[in-house]
Amino acid sequence: MLTKRIIPCLDIKNGRTVKGINFVDLRDAGDPVELAEIYAKSGADELVFLDISATEERRRTLADLVLRVAEKVNIPFTVGGGISSVEDVDILLHNGADKVSINSSAVKNPQLINDLVAKFGSQCIVVAIDAKEIDGEWIVHLVGGKVPTELNLFTWAKEVEKRGAGEILFTSMNHDGTKDGFANEALAKLSTELNIPIIASGGAGNMQHFTDTFVEGKADAALAASVFHFKEIEIKDLKEELKRNNIPVRL
Amino acid sequence: MNIVIIDYGAGNIQSIKFAFQRLGYEAILSRDADVIMAADKVIFPGVGEASSAMKKLRESKLDQIIPKLKQPVLGICLGMQLMCHTSEEGDTQGLGIFNVDVVKFSNKVKVPQIGWNQITNLKSNLFKNVKEKEHIYLVHSFYAPICEETIAEADYELAYSAALKKNNFYGTQFHPEKSSDVGERILKNFIDSATS
Repeated sequence: MLTKRIIPCLDIKNGRTVKGINFVDLRDAGDPVELAEIYAKSGADELVFLDISATEERRRTLADLVLRVAEKVNIPFTVGGGISSVEDVDILLHNGADKVSINSSAVKNPQLINDLVAKFGSQCIVVAIDAKEIDGEWIVHLVGGKVPTELNLFTWAKEVEKRGAGEILFTSMNHDGTKDGFANEALAKLSTELNIPIIASGGAGNMQHFTDTFVEGKADAALAASVFHFKEIEIKDLKEELKRNNIPVRL
Repeated sequence: MNIVIIDYGAGNIQSIKFAFQRLGYEAILSRDADVIMAADKVIFPGVGEASSAMKKLRESKLDQIIPKLKQPVLGICLGMQLMCHTSEEGDTQGLGIFNVDVVKFSNKVKVPQIGWNQITNLKSNLFKNVKEKEHIYLVHSFYAPICEETIAEADYELAYSAALKKNNFYGTQFHPEKSSDVGERILKNFIDSATS
């Protein structure tokens, strides 16, 4: 049986992890490769690296990081942040990334999704969508949720699927950082109306939130950052808890 | 041990090379027929779309070489699918090594299947020290149905071939190079013996 995936997300700036990470067993708390190896060993199903660098060298730094991660890590990983062309994707996949995630560039140029799918296949193209619920309507936002667009979440998600994306990573700006649980109502609607996997993101605070997003939110995978980085939740404990709740997981 | 990964422009070859490196082997990337034929073990990777990958194989004439190889060959993901008779994806004529036609999952399930599923009914020493129901990582929209050459099954909408074997040819729908310790055991088994 296909299992539900647990995905730690690492924010990367200039090749280093950004958020303070509370791992006593890390020799270098800023080294994404070392952290990735620990997550792989602790039962993470997949990893996401989100690059937030804004420097001239960011492309090369990220490509180098991908190569170093691929060398050490034996589980799949996705790379996102600032990817806007076929050439960007080519180098990242060539260096060993399993999937890439695009966000703003897809909104600005939806044809990019088709172009990437035609060249690399649906299986490695994730479209990340940040959305905020405003007066009862879910509106897609850009630039880490700061800039609203005209797009409705569900309309955009359907277009993304139609253009061939293999997966959607949906972050609710209303829930992100609250530790109050995922946006399960919107997630369930996405999961029911679309026929590609949906990754839930934003709002993880405790283990029950993960159960809820898999059951009520019908999510295929759940992504979180701080609860894992600060060891508030151990992945192994989380998976055992999910199993007790009859949710299929890899243990 | 001379391991050659066929580099025809349609595969996550770097990850496979690194997986062998973690096992202590330096694999070579090549599309040269002589280098491939001289290898002890051959890896035939593949990701992307079937008809365009098959086109690349034909352009480099590797479609003529691969079926004639005598040493153990391991096709991974799309590599395995291209070793089959045909694929529904892009109406593709495959290499015809495995006598089965690759078809698409229906819309009763989410497509592509992405994530960790279990392998069962393990029938080859490719799975030595691998237990029934261990988890492996897959990402695919098309599958090979169960057939005489099935040596492992997975379940998604229905039971289908997670791995195939015929003579010296092996194929896995899953990505052993991304399947954690279990995947590394399977790659090690392929290197160590892969004879029966």
